[in-house]
Amino acid sequence: MTANLWADGAVMLGKLNMDEFAMGSSNETSYYGPVKSPWRKAGSNMALVPGGSSGGSASAVAARICAGATATDTGGSIRQPAAFTGTVGIKPTYGRCSRWGIVAFASSLDQAGPIARDVRDAAILLKSMASVDVKDSTSVDVPVPDYEAAVGRSVKGLRIGIPKEYRLEGLNAEIDGLWQQGIDWLKDAGAEIVEISLPHTKYALPAYYIVAPAEASSNLARYDGVRYGLRVPGSDIVDMYENSRAAGFGAEVKRRILIGTYVLSAGYYDAYYLRAQKVRTLIKRDFETCFEAGVDAILTPATPSAAFGIGEKAGADPVEMYLNDVFTVTVNMAGLPGIAVPAGLSGEGLPLGLQLIGRPFDEATLFALGGAIEKAAGRFAAEKWW
Amino acid sequence: MLIDTRTPDPKKFINGATGDWEIVIGMEVHAQVTSKSKLFSGASAEYGGAPNAHVSLVDAAMPGMLPVINEECVKQAVRTGLGLKAAINHRSVFDRKNYFYPDLPQGYQISQFKQPIVGEGTVILDMPGETVEVGVERLHLEQDAGKSIHDQHPTMSFVDLNRSGVALMEIVSKPDLRSSDEAKAYLSKLRTILRYLGTCDGNMEEGSMRADINVSVRKPGGEFGTRCEIKNVNSIRFAGQAIEYEARRQIGILEDGGAIAQETRLFDPREGVTRSMRSKEEAHDYRYFPDPDLLPLEFDQAFVDALAAGLPELPDDKKARFIADYGVTPYDAMVLTLEQASADFFEKVAKGRDAKTSANWVINEFFGRLNKEGKEISASPMSAEQLGEIIDLIADNTISGKIAKDLFEIVWLEGGNPRELVESRGMRQVTDTGAIEAAVDEVIAANPDKAEQAKAKPTLSGWFVGQVMKKTGGKANPQAVNEIIKARLGIE
Amino acid sequence: MSVDTATVRRVARLARIKVSDEEAERMTGELNSILGFVEQLDEVDVSGVEPMTSVVAIKMRLREDVVTDGNVPEKVVGNAPVCDDDFFMVPKVVE
Repeated sequence: MTANLWADGAVMLGKLNMDEFAMGSSNETSYYGPVKSPWRKAGSNMALVPGGSSGGSASAVAARICAGATATDTGGSIRQPAAFTGTVGIKPTYGRCSRWGIVAFASSLDQAGPIARDVRDAAILLKSMASVDVKDSTSVDVPVPDYEAAVGRSVKGLRIGIPKEYRLEGLNAEIDGLWQQGIDWLKDAGAEIVEISLPHTKYALPAYYIVAPAEASSNLARYDGVRYGLRVPGSDIVDMYENSRAAGFGAEVKRRILIGTYVLSAGYYDAYYLRAQKVRTLIKRDFETCFEAGVDAILTPATPSAAFGIGEKAGADPVEMYLNDVFTVTVNMAGLPGIAVPAGLSGEGLPLGLQLIGRPFDEATLFALGGAIEKAAGRFAAEKWW
Repeated sequence: MLIDTRTPDPKKFINGATGDWEIVIGMEVHAQVTSKSKLFSGASAEYGGAPNAHVSLVDAAMPGMLPVINEECVKQAVRTGLGLKAAINHRSVFDRKNYFYPDLPQGYQISQFKQPIVGEGTVILDMPGETVEVGVERLHLEQDAGKSIHDQHPTMSFVDLNRSGVALMEIVSKPDLRSSDEAKAYLSKLRTILRYLGTCDGNMEEGSMRADINVSVRKPGGEFGTRCEIKNVNSIRFAGQAIEYEARRQIGILEDGGAIAQETRLFDPREGVTRSMRSKEEAHDYRYFPDPDLLPLEFDQAFVDALAAGLPELPDDKKARFIADYGVTPYDAMVLTLEQASADFFEKVAKGRDAKTSANWVINEFFGRLNKEGKEISASPMSAEQLGEIIDLIADNTISGKIAKDLFEIVWLEGGNPRELVESRGMRQVTDTGAIEAAVDEVIAANPDKAEQAKAKPTLSGWFVGQVMKKTGGKANPQAVNEIIKARLGIE
Repeated sequence: MSVDTATVRRVARLARIKVSDEEAERMTGELNSILGFVEQLDEVDVSGVEPMTSVVAIKMRLREDVVTDGNVPEKVVGNAPVCDDDFFMVPKVVE
């Protein structure tokens, strides 16, 4: 995927920070320390998280340090930080971009995508990044349309689904308001709004926290100090493995490896992993049913809140951090494309985004709709304090 | 659930202190697939090589690397399934078998757990006095591991990943074997089938075929006993020895009132014993799950049919044809078809010639000589044409059978055209009755007392045959000599 | 379902990650919180539902059997913490 970019003339400026092994929603788990968002609350200089795991990419783009950045998304790691930083981030359909060369986290969920300043830039970048790759057996051979041409295309007549299950109990009023605002914008642009039901929505996050850690526990087994990376000596090979992996992995990664190992282990596989994969089939089926009924795209909030402070969620139990992904994981579980577009600012002056979910390989429609929202919402830039 | 299909056969029982015992054996054979590149990577699958030379970044499990399946390995597995008369599964799934070991770079082996590429099949064994049908449970594709070398350094092991990722077919038999002889015959037959198909070279010394042998004992017809697994047996001979030792070891324990601990053991060929592999903590929990980097393997019946159409004649069919068309004995047919090259050699020799004579010469003289010199047929100094010509020379009475053996020796050691050699070295047998009669008369005349004794005791005429043969430099046709002597002496 | 510290230790051993007593205690709580969260999946009626085996509905591509890779031992062992003569070296495996 990066080879495509260099071949098309992109220039690499450097590498960016992220949550360790892409596991996190705030970029606070990095070995190199947390990323500070370029955004601050009005009248405050509290350091805020940019979201995660692609917090470095989102921040660099938001701070205009670079024109665009690559990122990966397994449960929302492109879309959530894009929403927190007022940038555009798209996770393409599973199989659209090659996963070869991407440090694997959860193989059936990982996808690479761009984070950019606006919808058009994101479209340009994705057109370059996307291609089939014989080195990735899960990459799909489907022609890459001219995404840039889709930006600015009329959205008249497109049917936009509004899933009732995303209207969470206690949903932040500002976010709910912005969602309604988005609905109105699209209506004004000529789209047709339809209430839809995705009945298994609430089970996506728990199912994700079984499937993703399970795959990760296996994908991360290769980090054992034998062929590369940190090796901490031990009395024998087992001791060496245990020391190296204990020292080399951060707490969040260890948590997920242990959960993943547990849910695959003898006696628990059926109850956890197998069941979660069945629920996943149901989640995907929910979307397919809606698309078959004529829905072209689905509009939802991107995140349940605006960005929070670095360290704010430190003491909380891990699940609270996971809830950041409640609107985004459904998309990875179903293998669909999803884009986050800045839609407004919170009362405290922080970006809020909306998410559009599309049919498989119909990123073009997402760029068209994203463009429509962007046109109505305007652009948002962080005030430079750095 | 183990299903017992064999009837207990007292001939195979082991006699213990408390009575008879029956051995129950099942085998998992790992056969390296003959292919140019590995199962999921484009690195070479060739045996040997400098350390870590046949290793790609995928095999080394570098971050971000992904598996891509080799079409030929899939075909080889299907061909093998067809050779085992087994069910071919059009849809199969690759699973990860997770465990930590330095020669397993990914920390998991890509294998097939619940949905293998090939299902149930059969291997037929021709044992003395009976035909044994051994059930095959399944065949699946999986990655081979690398090699760890433990004895080159006091505290460190050396790891070479050349073999890591090479395609293996794991062929699992049902527990249908009941003696070490049957087990050896099964391995031998499996090896023959794989070599015929060209799907594995069956070279056990190089490790391209290895067996994990499950052995248990029980009272004849009784409940299956607890089994022990003898891992990585790399010769047919060792397989037999290991089974014999292990069965007796288990019987000894049971007769002493003990119980068999289910464990993994290794065969030590120098001592001829099996040893427990000191337990690797608790039993492995492999946490199998479908590999998310791969999709289910799917192909249609047309794919299978195309492969079936390209299969060579299989050993059992060839053997049956040899018996029917050439009239050779079942045993000889088995020997001739053990290797495809042998069978082809025989057919070349037998073409247009007497089949039984051809079989006799091929098996006794030709194979005998090859075995004596430890040569493969491909290294034979004698061609089928040359051997055929020797047989022709006997058939048209140019030489006797005895002279033919001398001729065989000359052609083997020096090469050359048999017919020309016979001429140039004057090996032509004497069939001219007149000449033989003259020689016979001379010998009889020179030995009147022996002649009288022979008239009384006809078996003594053999001495005269010997003398006449000597007189004619061995070239006289022995039959003719015999007849003429008998006629001259007036005996029957 | 919940886990106790002994189970956490056993799982850590399976995953080859050393955990101190204090860590094991803490992780037991954290893991139980996650397991508690995922328990709601039991509510779903999954009878007759196939587990998702592939996110993409395509047939797996088969690669031609040609040697295209390898012969780069210097790359393969280049990042190894300990190696000798193109072999990886590891502390002995206790058999």
